[in-house]
Amino acid sequence: MAHSHGLSIEEQRKADIGIGVKGFIILLLITFGEVAVAIFGKGLLPGLVLRLIMIALSLYKAYYIVSIFMHLGGEVRSMAMSIVLPMLLLVWAVIAFLWQGEAVRDSRNYVNGNDPLKEKAPKAADDRLGIQKADDLPKNISFE
Amino acid sequence: MAHDTAIETENQTAEQHDTWNGGESPFKASYGKLMMWYFLLSDAFTFAGFLIAYGSLRFSMNAWPVPDHVFSTLPFGGENAPLIFVTIMTFILIVSSVTVLRAVQEGHLENTNATVKWLVITVIGGAAFLGCQAWEWNNLIVQEGVTIYNNPFSSHLDEGKYITLVEAKANNPSLMQMEMDVTIHNGDAHTTESLPYLVDKDGNKYFEKVNHHYFHRHGDAVEGKLVGTTDGGKVEKGEGYLIAYSEGEYFPGVYQTAEGVVKTEEMGPKSFGTLFFFITGFHGLHVFSGLVMLIVMAMNTASGFYRSRNNGHEMVEKIGLYWHFVDLVWVFVFLAFYLL
Repeated sequence: MAHSHGLSIEEQRKADIGIGVKGFIILLLITFGEVAVAIFGKGLLPGLVLRLIMIALSLYKAYYIVSIFMHLGGEVRSMAMSIVLPMLLLVWAVIAFLWQGEAVRDSRNYVNGNDPLKEKAPKAADDRLGIQKADDLPKNISFE
Repeated sequence: MAHDTAIETENQTAEQHDTWNGGESPFKASYGKLMMWYFLLSDAFTFAGFLIAYGSLRFSMNAWPVPDHVFSTLPFGGENAPLIFVTIMTFILIVSSVTVLRAVQEGHLENTNATVKWLVITVIGGAAFLGCQAWEWNNLIVQEGVTIYNNPFSSHLDEGKYITLVEAKANNPSLMQMEMDVTIHNGDAHTTESLPYLVDKDGNKYFEKVNHHYFHRHGDAVEGKLVGTTDGGKVEKGEGYLIAYSEGEYFPGVYQTAEGVVKTEEMGPKSFGTLFFFITGFHGLHVFSGLVMLIVMAMNTASGFYRSRNNGHEMVEKIGLYWHFVDLVWVFVFLAFYLL
Protein backbone atom coordinates (compact mmCIF):
# COMPACT_ATOMS: atom_id res chain seq x y z
CA MET A 1 0.00 0.00 0.00
CA ALA A 2 2.77 2.35 0.95
CA HIS A 3 4.65 1.91 -2.27
CA SER A 4 1.64 1.88 -4.54
CA HIS A 5 1.83 5.62 -5.28
CA GLY A 6 5.41 5.47 -6.44
CA LEU A 7 6.61 7.72 -3.59
CA SER A 8 9.89 7.27 -1.81
CA ILE A 9 9.69 6.33 1.86
CA GLU A 10 10.56 9.87 2.97
CA GLU A 11 7.92 11.42 0.71
CA GLN A 12 5.36 8.89 1.91
CA ARG A 13 6.19 9.63 5.54
CA LYS A 14 5.80 13.35 4.94
CA ALA A 15 2.37 12.76 3.35
CA ASP A 16 1.39 10.45 6.27
CA ILE A 17 2.32 13.05 8.87
CA GLY A 18 0.33 15.61 6.90
CA ILE A 19 -2.78 13.40 7.10
CA GLY A 20 -2.33 12.92 10.85
CA VAL A 21 -1.78 16.60 11.64
CA LYS A 22 -4.66 17.75 9.44
CA GLY A 23 -7.02 15.18 11.01
CA PHE A 24 -5.92 16.16 14.51
CA ILE A 25 -6.59 19.86 13.87
CA ILE A 26 -9.98 19.21 12.23
CA LEU A 27 -11.24 16.88 14.98
CA LEU A 28 -9.99 19.18 17.73
CA LEU A 29 -11.53 22.32 16.24
CA ILE A 30 -14.88 20.57 15.71
CA THR A 31 -14.86 19.30 19.31
CA PHE A 32 -14.09 22.79 20.63
CA GLY A 33 -16.88 24.10 18.39
CA GLU A 34 -19.33 21.59 19.84
CA VAL A 35 -18.43 22.42 23.43
CA ALA A 36 -18.63 26.15 22.67
CA VAL A 37 -22.12 25.67 21.21
CA ALA A 38 -23.16 23.63 24.27
CA ILE A 39 -21.85 26.15 26.81
CA PHE A 40 -22.29 29.55 25.15
CA GLY A 41 -25.08 28.83 22.67
CA LYS A 42 -27.88 28.88 25.26
CA GLY A 43 -30.09 31.89 24.81
CA LEU A 44 -28.45 32.91 21.56
CA LEU A 45 -30.28 30.43 19.37
CA PRO A 46 -33.33 28.18 19.88
CA GLY A 47 -32.52 24.87 21.56
CA LEU A 48 -33.53 22.84 18.52
CA VAL A 49 -31.09 24.73 16.27
CA LEU A 50 -28.27 24.22 18.81
CA ARG A 51 -29.00 20.50 19.00
CA LEU A 52 -29.06 20.15 15.22
CA ILE A 53 -25.73 22.00 14.95
CA MET A 54 -24.14 19.67 17.52
CA ILE A 55 -25.55 16.55 15.82
CA ALA A 56 -24.32 17.73 12.41
CA LEU A 57 -20.82 18.45 13.77
CA SER A 58 -20.70 15.01 15.44
CA LEU A 59 -21.80 13.28 12.25
CA TYR A 60 -19.08 15.09 10.32
CA LYS A 61 -16.51 13.97 12.92
CA ALA A 62 -17.74 10.38 12.56
CA TYR A 63 -17.52 10.63 8.76
CA TYR A 64 -14.00 12.01 8.98
CA ILE A 65 -12.75 9.28 11.33
CA VAL A 66 -14.25 6.48 9.22
CA SER A 67 -13.28 7.89 5.86
CA ILE A 68 -9.78 9.21 6.51
CA PHE A 69 -8.43 7.63 9.73
CA MET A 70 -9.95 4.19 9.12
CA HIS A 71 -9.26 4.66 5.40
CA LEU A 72 -12.66 3.34 4.33
CA GLY A 73 -12.81 6.06 1.69
CA GLY A 74 -9.77 4.48 0.05
CA GLU A 75 -11.11 0.93 -0.01
CA VAL A 76 -12.98 -0.71 -2.89
CA ARG A 77 -16.34 1.02 -3.17
CA SER A 78 -18.41 -2.17 -2.91
CA MET A 79 -16.59 -3.06 0.34
CA ALA A 80 -17.23 0.39 1.78
CA MET A 81 -20.91 0.12 0.84
CA SER A 82 -21.20 -3.33 2.44
CA ILE A 83 -20.31 -1.60 5.72
CA VAL A 84 -22.04 1.76 5.32
CA LEU A 85 -25.39 0.70 3.82
CA PRO A 86 -26.48 -1.57 6.75
CA MET A 87 -26.08 1.54 8.92
CA LEU A 88 -29.11 3.04 7.18
CA LEU A 89 -31.26 0.69 9.31
CA LEU A 90 -30.32 2.90 12.23
CA VAL A 91 -32.09 5.86 10.62
CA TRP A 92 -35.36 3.96 10.99
CA ALA A 93 -34.46 2.78 14.52
CA VAL A 94 -33.67 6.30 15.78
CA ILE A 95 -36.87 7.80 14.38
CA ALA A 96 -39.12 4.93 15.54
CA PHE A 97 -37.84 4.68 19.11
CA LEU A 98 -37.57 8.40 19.79
CA TRP A 99 -41.06 8.92 18.39
CA GLN A 100 -42.42 6.20 20.67
CA GLY A 101 -40.52 7.68 23.63
CA GLU A 102 -42.26 11.00 23.09
CA ALA A 103 -45.63 9.24 22.75
CA VAL A 104 -45.02 7.55 26.11
CA ARG A 105 -44.36 10.94 27.70
CA ASP A 106 -47.52 12.44 26.25
CA SER A 107 -49.59 9.47 27.45
CA ARG A 108 -48.16 9.64 30.95
CA ASN A 109 -48.77 13.37 31.18
CA TYR A 110 -52.35 12.84 30.03
CA VAL A 111 -52.97 10.11 32.63
CA ASN A 112 -51.25 12.06 35.44
CA GLY A 113 -53.21 15.17 34.55
CA ASN A 114 -50.25 17.49 34.10
CA ASP A 115 -50.69 17.79 30.37
CA PRO A 116 -50.14 21.46 29.48
CA LEU A 117 -52.82 21.23 26.79
CA LYS A 118 -55.40 19.63 29.08
CA GLU A 119 -56.71 22.73 30.83
CA LYS A 120 -58.13 24.25 27.66
CA ALA A 121 -58.72 21.37 25.32
CA PRO A 122 -61.44 19.31 27.10
CA LYS A 123 -63.47 22.39 27.98
CA ALA A 124 -63.39 23.63 24.41
CA ALA A 125 -64.37 20.17 23.23
CA ASP A 126 -67.33 20.13 25.66
CA ASP A 127 -68.58 23.44 24.32
CA ARG A 128 -68.21 22.38 20.76
CA LEU A 129 -70.07 19.11 21.26
CA GLY A 130 -72.74 20.73 23.43
CA ILE A 131 -72.25 18.16 26.21
CA GLN A 132 -73.75 19.27 29.51
CA LYS A 133 -72.16 18.45 32.82
CA ALA A 134 -74.25 17.07 35.69
CA ASP A 135 -73.67 20.27 37.71
CA ASP A 136 -75.12 22.40 34.95
CA LEU A 137 -78.41 20.51 34.78
CA PRO A 138 -81.46 22.13 36.42
CA LYS A 139 -81.70 21.02 40.04
CA ASN A 140 -85.45 21.09 40.44
CA ILE A 141 -87.72 19.73 37.83
CA SER A 142 -91.43 19.74 38.46
CA PHE A 143 -94.20 18.49 36.33
CA GLU A 144 -97.41 20.40 36.47
CA MET B 1 11.70 -14.44 1.94
CA ALA B 2 12.19 -17.28 -0.47
CA HIS B 3 9.25 -19.02 1.12
CA ASP B 4 7.04 -15.91 0.71
CA THR B 5 7.97 -15.57 -2.93
CA ALA B 6 7.02 -19.17 -3.51
CA ILE B 7 3.58 -18.58 -1.96
CA GLU B 8 3.08 -15.41 -4.00
CA THR B 9 3.86 -17.21 -7.24
CA GLU B 10 1.46 -19.94 -6.26
CA ASN B 11 -1.25 -17.36 -5.48
CA GLN B 12 -0.80 -15.65 -8.82
CA THR B 13 -1.26 -18.94 -10.61
CA ALA B 14 -4.31 -19.63 -8.50
CA GLU B 15 -5.75 -16.21 -9.34
CA GLN B 16 -5.38 -16.84 -13.01
CA HIS B 17 -7.10 -20.19 -12.93
CA ASP B 18 -9.51 -20.00 -10.01
CA THR B 19 -11.27 -16.64 -10.36
CA TRP B 20 -14.61 -18.34 -9.84
CA ASN B 21 -13.29 -20.50 -7.00
CA GLY B 22 -12.40 -17.64 -4.66
CA GLY B 23 -8.99 -17.14 -6.21
CA GLU B 24 -9.54 -13.36 -6.51
CA SER B 25 -10.39 -10.90 -3.76
CA PRO B 26 -13.16 -8.59 -5.04
CA PHE B 27 -12.67 -6.22 -2.08
CA LYS B 28 -8.87 -6.24 -2.38
CA ALA B 29 -8.68 -6.66 1.39
CA SER B 30 -7.40 -9.58 3.42
CA TYR B 31 -9.80 -11.88 5.25
CA GLY B 32 -8.65 -10.63 8.65
CA LYS B 33 -9.12 -6.96 7.82
CA LEU B 34 -12.53 -7.58 6.30
CA MET B 35 -13.66 -9.52 9.37
CA MET B 36 -12.44 -6.70 11.64
CA TRP B 37 -14.63 -4.33 9.63
CA TYR B 38 -17.68 -6.59 9.97
CA PHE B 39 -17.04 -7.05 13.67
CA LEU B 40 -16.94 -3.27 14.01
CA LEU B 41 -20.21 -3.06 12.06
CA SER B 42 -21.91 -5.42 14.51
CA ASP B 43 -20.36 -3.58 17.45
CA ALA B 44 -21.69 -0.31 16.04
CA PHE B 45 -25.18 -1.82 16.13
CA THR B 46 -24.67 -2.87 19.74
CA PHE B 47 -23.70 0.65 20.76
CA ALA B 48 -26.48 2.11 18.63
CA GLY B 49 -28.96 -0.11 20.47
CA PHE B 50 -27.79 1.22 23.84
CA LEU B 51 -27.79 4.84 22.72
CA ILE B 52 -31.23 4.52 21.10
CA ALA B 53 -32.59 3.03 24.34
CA TYR B 54 -31.10 6.04 26.14
CA GLY B 55 -32.70 8.45 23.68
CA SER B 56 -36.05 6.70 23.87
CA LEU B 57 -36.10 6.89 27.68
CA ARG B 58 -34.94 10.50 27.61
CA PHE B 59 -37.72 11.47 25.20
CA SER B 60 -40.23 9.79 27.53
CA MET B 61 -39.32 12.03 30.51
CA ASN B 62 -40.47 15.58 31.22
CA ALA B 63 -37.20 16.48 32.91
CA TRP B 64 -33.67 15.23 32.32
CA PRO B 65 -30.45 16.12 34.13
CA VAL B 66 -28.77 19.09 32.46
CA PRO B 67 -25.26 17.97 31.39
CA ASP B 68 -23.68 21.41 32.03
CA HIS B 69 -24.68 20.92 35.64
CA VAL B 70 -23.96 17.19 36.01
CA PHE B 71 -20.44 17.36 34.62
CA SER B 72 -19.17 20.62 36.04
CA THR B 73 -16.47 19.52 38.48
CA LEU B 74 -12.75 19.11 37.98
CA PRO B 75 -10.11 17.14 39.89
CA PHE B 76 -8.46 18.88 42.85
CA GLY B 77 -11.65 20.62 43.88
CA GLY B 78 -12.41 22.58 40.71
CA GLU B 79 -16.06 23.54 40.36
CA ASN B 80 -18.37 25.41 37.98
CA ALA B 81 -16.41 24.24 34.96
CA PRO B 82 -19.08 22.72 32.73
CA LEU B 83 -17.84 20.10 30.25
CA ILE B 84 -14.19 21.09 30.70
CA PHE B 85 -13.05 17.74 32.11
CA VAL B 86 -14.84 15.71 29.45
CA THR B 87 -13.34 17.96 26.76
CA ILE B 88 -9.93 17.03 28.14
CA MET B 89 -10.91 13.33 27.94
CA THR B 90 -12.04 13.80 24.33
CA PHE B 91 -8.80 15.58 23.53
CA ILE B 92 -6.81 12.63 24.94
CA LEU B 93 -8.79 10.19 22.81
CA ILE B 94 -8.31 12.27 19.63
CA VAL B 95 -4.56 12.43 20.28
CA SER B 96 -4.40 8.66 20.79
CA SER B 97 -6.37 8.17 17.57
CA VAL B 98 -3.78 10.22 15.67
CA THR B 99 -0.85 8.38 17.30
CA VAL B 100 -2.28 4.97 16.36
CA LEU B 101 -2.71 6.33 12.81
CA ARG B 102 0.99 7.12 12.82
CA ALA B 103 1.77 3.58 14.06
CA VAL B 104 -0.24 2.08 11.19
CA GLN B 105 1.45 4.38 8.66
CA GLU B 106 4.95 3.52 9.91
CA GLY B 107 3.95 -0.15 9.89
CA HIS B 108 3.15 0.15 6.19
CA LEU B 109 6.65 1.54 5.67
CA GLU B 110 7.98 -1.52 7.58
CA ASN B 111 9.59 0.83 10.09
CA THR B 112 9.47 -1.40 13.16
CA ASN B 113 11.01 1.02 15.69
CA ALA B 114 8.70 3.91 14.86
CA THR B 115 5.67 1.58 14.91
CA VAL B 116 6.53 0.41 18.42
CA LYS B 117 7.12 4.02 19.53
CA TRP B 118 3.71 5.22 18.33
CA LEU B 119 1.95 2.14 19.74
CA VAL B 120 3.45 2.78 23.16
CA ILE B 121 2.38 6.45 23.01
CA THR B 122 -1.14 5.28 22.10
CA VAL B 123 -1.17 2.92 25.10
CA ILE B 124 -0.24 5.84 27.35
CA GLY B 125 -3.07 7.91 25.85
CA GLY B 126 -5.61 5.13 26.33
CA ALA B 127 -4.51 4.57 29.91
CA ALA B 128 -4.83 8.31 30.58
CA PHE B 129 -8.37 8.24 29.22
CA LEU B 130 -9.30 5.31 31.47
CA GLY B 131 -7.76 7.12 34.44
CA CYS B 132 -9.89 10.18 33.69
CA GLN B 133 -12.98 8.00 33.44
CA ALA B 134 -12.18 6.36 36.76
CA TRP B 135 -11.98 9.79 38.39
CA GLU B 136 -15.24 10.88 36.77
CA TRP B 137 -17.09 7.77 37.96
CA ASN B 138 -15.66 8.10 41.45
CA ASN B 139 -16.70 11.75 41.58
CA LEU B 140 -20.25 11.00 40.42
CA ILE B 141 -20.71 8.10 42.86
CA VAL B 142 -18.95 9.40 45.97
CA GLN B 143 -19.35 13.18 45.73
CA GLU B 144 -22.64 13.59 43.87
CA GLY B 145 -24.43 10.41 44.95
CA VAL B 146 -25.39 9.05 41.52
CA THR B 147 -25.96 5.30 41.63
CA ILE B 148 -27.30 2.75 39.15
CA TYR B 149 -30.71 2.79 40.83
CA ASN B 150 -31.15 6.46 41.71
CA ASN B 151 -29.84 9.84 40.76
CA PRO B 152 -30.09 13.27 42.38
CA PHE B 153 -29.91 15.28 39.16
CA SER B 154 -33.02 16.71 37.59
CA SER B 155 -34.29 19.96 36.16
CA HIS B 156 -37.04 22.33 37.29
CA LEU B 157 -40.49 21.82 35.83
CA ASP B 158 -41.73 25.09 37.36
CA GLU B 159 -40.47 28.61 37.73
CA GLY B 160 -40.24 29.87 41.27
CA LYS B 161 -37.81 30.56 44.08
CA TYR B 162 -36.24 28.63 46.93
CA ILE B 163 -37.82 29.49 50.31
CA THR B 164 -36.99 28.87 53.94
CA LEU B 165 -38.81 26.30 56.05
CA VAL B 166 -40.51 29.13 58.01
CA GLU B 167 -41.94 30.56 54.78
CA ALA B 168 -43.01 27.09 53.63
CA LYS B 169 -44.75 26.41 56.96
CA ALA B 170 -46.52 29.79 56.82
CA ASN B 171 -47.69 29.08 53.28
CA ASN B 172 -48.82 25.53 54.01
CA PRO B 173 -49.59 25.01 57.74
CA SER B 174 -50.41 21.32 57.24
CA LEU B 175 -46.68 20.54 56.90
CA MET B 176 -45.27 18.99 60.07
CA GLN B 177 -41.92 20.08 61.41
CA MET B 178 -39.31 17.39 62.16
CA GLU B 179 -35.59 17.21 62.79
CA MET B 180 -32.86 14.73 61.91
CA ASP B 181 -29.22 14.38 62.84
CA VAL B 182 -26.82 14.68 59.92
CA THR B 183 -23.07 14.20 59.78
CA ILE B 184 -21.02 17.04 58.34
CA HIS B 185 -17.64 15.94 56.97
CA ASN B 186 -14.91 18.52 57.15
CA GLY B 187 -11.70 16.99 55.95
CA ASP B 188 -11.05 14.02 58.23
CA ALA B 189 -13.11 15.42 61.09
CA HIS B 190 -16.86 15.19 61.22
CA THR B 191 -19.50 16.77 63.41
CA THR B 192 -23.18 16.08 63.93
CA GLU B 193 -25.74 18.79 63.31
CA SER B 194 -29.48 18.83 63.72
CA LEU B 195 -31.21 19.54 60.42
CA PRO B 196 -34.86 20.66 60.52
CA TYR B 197 -37.24 19.64 57.76
CA LEU B 198 -40.98 19.49 56.97
CA VAL B 199 -43.10 16.48 56.11
CA ASP B 200 -46.43 16.43 54.32
CA LYS B 201 -49.17 13.85 54.84
CA ASP B 202 -47.75 11.66 52.04
CA GLY B 203 -44.37 11.43 53.79
CA ASN B 204 -42.54 13.72 51.32
CA LYS B 205 -39.69 15.58 52.98
CA TYR B 206 -38.97 19.28 52.40
CA PHE B 207 -35.50 20.64 53.19
CA GLU B 208 -34.09 24.10 52.88
CA LYS B 209 -32.08 24.12 49.65
CA VAL B 210 -28.50 23.34 50.56
CA ASN B 211 -25.41 23.35 48.43
CA HIS B 212 -24.77 19.76 47.44
CA HIS B 213 -21.29 19.92 48.91
CA TYR B 214 -22.64 21.03 52.25
CA PHE B 215 -22.27 17.60 53.79
CA HIS B 216 -18.73 17.32 52.50
CA ARG B 217 -17.25 20.70 53.24
CA HIS B 218 -13.91 21.10 51.53
CA GLY B 219 -12.15 23.36 54.00
CA ASP B 220 -14.02 26.65 54.16
CA ALA B 221 -15.02 26.61 50.51
CA VAL B 222 -18.73 26.31 51.28
CA GLU B 223 -20.13 29.09 53.41
CA GLY B 224 -23.62 28.87 54.81
CA LYS B 225 -26.33 26.40 54.08
CA LEU B 226 -28.67 28.21 51.74
CA VAL B 227 -27.86 28.53 48.12
CA GLY B 228 -28.06 32.29 48.31
CA THR B 229 -27.63 32.89 44.64
CA THR B 230 -27.38 36.49 43.48
CA ASP B 231 -30.97 36.56 42.23
CA GLY B 232 -32.41 35.37 45.55
CA GLY B 233 -32.49 31.64 44.82
CA LYS B 234 -34.78 31.92 41.83
CA VAL B 235 -35.32 28.79 39.75
CA GLU B 236 -36.01 28.90 36.07
CA LYS B 237 -38.06 26.32 34.25
CA GLY B 238 -35.74 23.74 32.69
CA GLU B 239 -32.77 24.84 34.78
CA GLY B 240 -30.66 22.07 36.23
CA TYR B 241 -30.26 21.39 39.91
CA LEU B 242 -28.58 18.84 42.12
CA ILE B 243 -30.26 17.41 45.20
CA ALA B 244 -27.88 17.21 48.16
CA TYR B 245 -26.91 13.71 49.20
CA SER B 246 -25.30 12.19 52.25
CA GLU B 247 -25.02 8.63 53.49
CA GLY B 248 -27.99 7.16 51.66
CA GLU B 249 -30.29 10.15 52.25
CA TYR B 250 -31.27 12.77 49.70
CA PHE B 251 -32.25 16.29 50.77
CA PRO B 252 -34.62 17.76 48.14
CA GLY B 253 -35.00 21.51 48.52
CA VAL B 254 -38.28 23.31 49.13
CA TYR B 255 -39.37 26.02 46.71
CA GLN B 256 -42.42 28.08 45.88
CA THR B 257 -43.74 28.17 42.35
CA ALA B 258 -44.83 31.39 40.66
CA GLU B 259 -48.45 30.39 41.49
CA GLY B 260 -47.55 30.25 45.18
CA VAL B 261 -47.62 26.48 45.62
CA VAL B 262 -44.99 24.98 47.94
CA LYS B 263 -43.18 22.11 46.22
CA THR B 264 -40.16 19.98 46.84
CA GLU B 265 -37.54 19.21 44.22
CA GLU B 266 -38.24 16.01 42.34
CA MET B 267 -35.68 13.26 42.10
CA GLY B 268 -34.34 12.89 38.57
CA PRO B 269 -35.09 10.02 36.21
CA LYS B 270 -34.07 6.81 37.94
CA SER B 271 -32.48 5.33 34.82
CA PHE B 272 -29.96 8.17 34.37
CA GLY B 273 -27.26 6.56 36.50
CA THR B 274 -27.61 3.08 35.08
CA LEU B 275 -27.61 4.41 31.50
CA PHE B 276 -24.57 6.57 32.12
CA PHE B 277 -22.52 3.94 33.93
CA PHE B 278 -23.48 1.11 31.60
CA ILE B 279 -22.89 2.91 28.30
CA THR B 280 -19.71 4.75 29.29
CA GLY B 281 -18.62 1.56 31.06
CA PHE B 282 -19.14 -0.50 27.91
CA HIS B 283 -17.10 2.06 26.01
CA GLY B 284 -14.46 1.95 28.73
CA LEU B 285 -14.38 -1.85 28.40
CA HIS B 286 -13.61 -1.37 24.71
CA VAL B 287 -10.83 1.05 25.58
CA PHE B 288 -9.43 -1.47 28.05
CA SER B 289 -9.53 -4.41 25.64
CA GLY B 290 -8.03 -2.15 22.96
CA LEU B 291 -5.21 -1.32 25.37
CA VAL B 292 -4.48 -5.01 25.99
CA MET B 293 -4.35 -5.66 22.24
CA LEU B 294 -2.18 -2.57 21.63
CA ILE B 295 0.30 -3.84 24.22
CA VAL B 296 0.39 -7.25 22.51
CA MET B 297 0.85 -5.50 19.15
CA ALA B 298 3.73 -3.43 20.53
CA MET B 299 5.49 -6.51 21.91
CA ASN B 300 5.01 -8.56 18.75
CA THR B 301 6.14 -5.65 16.58
CA ALA B 302 9.21 -5.09 18.74
CA SER B 303 10.15 -8.76 18.41
CA GLY B 304 10.10 -8.46 14.62
CA PHE B 305 7.26 -10.97 14.32
CA TYR B 306 5.13 -8.76 12.04
CA ARG B 307 8.15 -7.51 10.09
CA SER B 308 8.87 -11.10 9.11
CA ARG B 309 5.36 -11.42 7.63
CA ASN B 310 6.32 -8.70 5.15
CA ASN B 311 2.72 -7.49 4.74
CA GLY B 312 3.07 -3.92 6.02
CA HIS B 313 2.33 -4.82 9.66
CA GLU B 314 -1.27 -5.64 8.80
CA MET B 315 -2.06 -6.78 12.36
CA VAL B 316 -1.24 -3.27 13.56
CA GLU B 317 -3.60 -1.90 10.93
CA LYS B 318 -6.45 -4.16 12.18
CA ILE B 319 -6.01 -3.05 15.78
CA GLY B 320 -5.70 0.51 14.48
CA LEU B 321 -9.20 0.08 13.00
CA TYR B 322 -10.48 -1.11 16.38
CA TRP B 323 -8.91 1.84 18.17
CA HIS B 324 -10.34 4.37 15.71
CA PHE B 325 -13.71 2.74 16.27
CA VAL B 326 -13.41 3.33 20.02
CA ASP B 327 -12.84 7.01 19.22
CA LEU B 328 -15.79 6.93 16.82
CA VAL B 329 -18.12 5.55 19.50
CA TRP B 330 -16.94 8.24 21.90
CA VAL B 331 -18.09 10.88 19.39
CA PHE B 332 -21.66 9.66 19.91
CA VAL B 333 -21.39 8.97 23.65
CA PHE B 334 -20.02 12.50 24.02
CA LEU B 335 -22.92 13.86 21.98
CA ALA B 336 -25.66 11.94 23.80
CA PHE B 337 -24.49 12.34 27.42
CA TYR B 338 -22.53 15.58 27.52
CA LEU B 339 -23.57 17.89 24.70
CA LEU B 340 -27.31 17.46 24.15
